[in-house]
Amino acid sequence: MRSPSLRALSISTVLAFCLSLSLVFFYAPIEAEEGFLQKIFYLHVPLAIVTLCGFVLGGLMAIAHLRTRDARWDLRSYVVIHMSLIFGVGVLITGSIWARGSWGHWWVWSEPTLVSFLIIMLLYATYQPLRFAIEDPERQARYASVFAITAGAFVPMNFLAVRLSASYLHPRVLGSSSNLPAPMALTFLVSLVAMSLLFATLCSYELAAKRTRILLKARSRILGYQ
Amino acid sequence: MTTLLATTLPEHSNDGYVAAAYIVFFAIVLIYVAIMAVRLGRVERKVRELSTQEREKEHTLKGAGERV
Repeated sequence: MRSPSLRALSISTVLAFCLSLSLVFFYAPIEAEEGFLQKIFYLHVPLAIVTLCGFVLGGLMAIAHLRTRDARWDLRSYVVIHMSLIFGVGVLITGSIWARGSWGHWWVWSEPTLVSFLIIMLLYATYQPLRFAIEDPERQARYASVFAITAGAFVPMNFLAVRLSASYLHPRVLGSSSNLPAPMALTFLVSLVAMSLLFATLCSYELAAKRTRILLKARSRILGYQ
Repeated sequence: MTTLLATTLPEHSNDGYVAAAYIVFFAIVLIYVAIMAVRLGRVERKVRELSTQEREKEHTLKGAGERV
């Protein structure tokens, strides 16, 4: 469980977060329209990007599982989706706090970006009940993989649909219309790297813990201690 | 440094929301890490139990072997 690579990953995550927070609060200038509230952007947006990429990654790992029938891919897919759900909760909470400060409302139902993200979260909220409703481990892994692929394909489609939507209040961060000043862009990139590292670290710990538990169970069964 | 702080740190209003967002995020991470630590503690305890049981079993087998 305490491997050197995990330790290195953990240390780099902590360092990246320290750098990111320093840049956010001491380097990036205050935005003219939003003011200090815009600092949430360096937390909320990387969190959302990592969450959505995690869901897609879970789908890709599920494809690898169905192709190879290797249970390790299913475990990876499960852990990545599980972690994305936790990060997704963070996205919803930080987004709501920002919306309250910026728009005066915790939630705006007419805003496609918000509602589409909520739909994705609700969709993935059914992943674990579906998975654990099936007792046979092989069938469980297969069904979960099919779900992960379908839902994973839905994520970019949903994102594109929202982008093409005519009216939205939610600011666009990435795209042709965004022209972030260099200090803001650098801070944003460092925050994105830090968030990706945090995601990778937590996934690695969760995977290591799950593998250890599986090994322990198998060993107990072999030795007849269950 | 003073100039830098003046252009990057707040003077008024919305700073509470920013603090709340960052606190919530770090609280989520902290809770998750705490849950992981509890689970790790449980696994370590199980490993210790398993090792003790294995040692006891070995002792018993050794004793039986010596008697034979």
